[in-house]
Amino acid sequence: MFGKTSIKVVQYGSVLIISFVLIAGLAIPLSASPQSWLEFPIIPGLEDKARNLFFHVPMSWTAVVAFFVSAIYGIKYLRSKNIDFDNISVSSAGLGLLFSVLATITGALWARFNWGAFWNWDPRQTSIFILLLIYGAYFALRSAIDSEEKRARLSAVYTILSGLTVPFLVFIMPRMMAGLHPGALGDESGKGPLFETNMIASNMRVLFYLSLLGFTMFFVWLLNLRVRAGKLELQQLQSGK
Amino acid sequence: MKLVVANLAKEFNRRAIFSDVSFSLELRDSLAITGMNGAGKSTLVKILAGLLSETRGSIEYSVDGKAVPVDMLRDQIGLVSPYLMLYDEFTAKENLSLLSRIRSNSFQIEDRSRELLQQFGLWEKRDEFVRTYSSGMKQRLKFVFALLHQPVLLFVDEPTSNLDEEGVSLVRDVIEQQKKDRILVVATNIHEEAGWCSKRIHLKKI
Amino acid sequence: MNTFYSTYAVLLKDAQSELRTRYAVNALVMFVVTAAVIVQLAIRSELPSSAVLSGLFWVVVFFAAMSGLSRTFVSEEERGTSMTLQLVASPSAVYFGKLSFNIVLTLLLNSAITILFTVVFPGFVVETFGTFLLTVLLSSIGLASTSTILAAIIAKANTKGTLYPVLAFPILIPLLMTAMRATTRALDGEPFGNAAEEYQILISYIMVITAGSYLVFDYVWKD
Repeated sequence: MFGKTSIKVVQYGSVLIISFVLIAGLAIPLSASPQSWLEFPIIPGLEDKARNLFFHVPMSWTAVVAFFVSAIYGIKYLRSKNIDFDNISVSSAGLGLLFSVLATITGALWARFNWGAFWNWDPRQTSIFILLLIYGAYFALRSAIDSEEKRARLSAVYTILSGLTVPFLVFIMPRMMAGLHPGALGDESGKGPLFETNMIASNMRVLFYLSLLGFTMFFVWLLNLRVRAGKLELQQLQSGK
Repeated sequence: MKLVVANLAKEFNRRAIFSDVSFSLELRDSLAITGMNGAGKSTLVKILAGLLSETRGSIEYSVDGKAVPVDMLRDQIGLVSPYLMLYDEFTAKENLSLLSRIRSNSFQIEDRSRELLQQFGLWEKRDEFVRTYSSGMKQRLKFVFALLHQPVLLFVDEPTSNLDEEGVSLVRDVIEQQKKDRILVVATNIHEEAGWCSKRIHLKKI
Repeated sequence: MNTFYSTYAVLLKDAQSELRTRYAVNALVMFVVTAAVIVQLAIRSELPSSAVLSGLFWVVVFFAAMSGLSRTFVSEEERGTSMTLQLVASPSAVYFGKLSFNIVLTLLLNSAITILFTVVFPGFVVETFGTFLLTVLLSSIGLASTSTILAAIIAKANTKGTLYPVLAFPILIPLLMTAMRATTRALDGEPFGNAAEEYQILISYIMVITAGSYLVFDYVWKD
């Protein structure tokens, strides 16, 4: 899918960036009135739990990116009937499943300490839950079809159909249920996602975006690995019979 | 009407069924597709009738030199195939009228269906449910259904399966007569049936 | 024009077939009765709130739809008649014919469930009739639309029955949530205009899913 050198850059880059975020995100101390770049401000109600921002949010982000990559390659498959596109689509869906599980777990742990329960049916919790359901349904469908072409075609159609409902969820969720998420409409501290308010210092912001970049690169690297493994499997199937 | 097939190939699960099939047919041509079980005769017929997509190669239908997509030829195609079933819960007559209505050419089928049902010896049974038919009668009914709308393209897969001696000779007569003003394709592994056609291709098992 | 006539003929064929065999209707009726009895046994003499009742209503609708609406495509595939249909009808005629059939079936189903709920649950009283009518009408169309394309998909898969609700649920969540909210408003006697946002959501859901299904149906239908 990518050139050899660029994949090396992605590989080492993602490891480097995530390691840096891990260390910096956990080690930088909090301070009531931050003076230097090496101090985070204390966000009322979040305190040390704010550090989850650097991990949980990029994981959810990656899960969503993976879904769209899967849908785009599904469409590409339908247009070209090139089975390699299906391979990319299913690999991306597999990673999406992994990342949405990770995001759900980190989110639930965080919710336990911040909101008092692992699960609250907050709009965003519900959204990631639906994403998990979609991934689950996608793989259930794939395992129920023997023919390779049919499997590729029908699962591509399913990702497209489920993609169509995403705007509705984005629109409906916040209206239907009270939000608990930092930055949700009901939150006393304000409107809009947390990192768009001035409660977050610029050093947190830099680290957050760095983490987004790192996780996205990590996703690209894993995707590349899985696609190559998938190709080998297909070749083996072909030559084995 | 002209049919040109070039380098046609079909794969299932990356396994080749057949490859490099090429031929061309014009009106009044007839083609026999022969080959062992599993050589892809039925698959080829389905692809020609537009019911299955090909993996590689091309099929081009043209009328007066202008290419026409197979989707536009729905009322020009007649097909008899073991994979083609009629509705069990309807009678023979209902099947014919419902399916013609879906094809939206129900206008003069009354006389035509009577004629064909009589020819194939099903007229007395026209108001009985297809579910009560024997497999030979179902095969006869498939011919009636395939010929009802006077298609230019007639595809017949295993023409005499399930038929008794009388049915076989009936089908032979019908095909002899039909091939005079149609494009006829017969898929079979019976030597005599292949002899009904002027051209022949043999599919080898890959 | 031809497609329109052909669509109508597909609908007619399915309706006639259903009247003869009663496959879908039998499954639906049995399901609805069973579900209503189970819910009634669970609730006993409690007086559930309107939100709970409208939730129960749509739960029964969802699972009933999942038990019956796949018939249109599954029966064609099981009996080998889908090739016959493919031979005589254009994909759009098949899609819209089957969709219309499922819309009719869902409307009948929802009317039956409404009557049953009104009889069985004393708390289920529709205060704003207009809101309820429009909600059920729009949701039936949306539900039928999603069910139809998914039925076409699972007809080609091996495990048909169990897979159907699994595939349908994530896609139907927006519809079901909206329908529940509007139904609660109808039971609470809120004025018709209060549910305007819900109508808008339902209408756009129908348009998006139907247009999307129409565009991808070719890929599902043709092997």
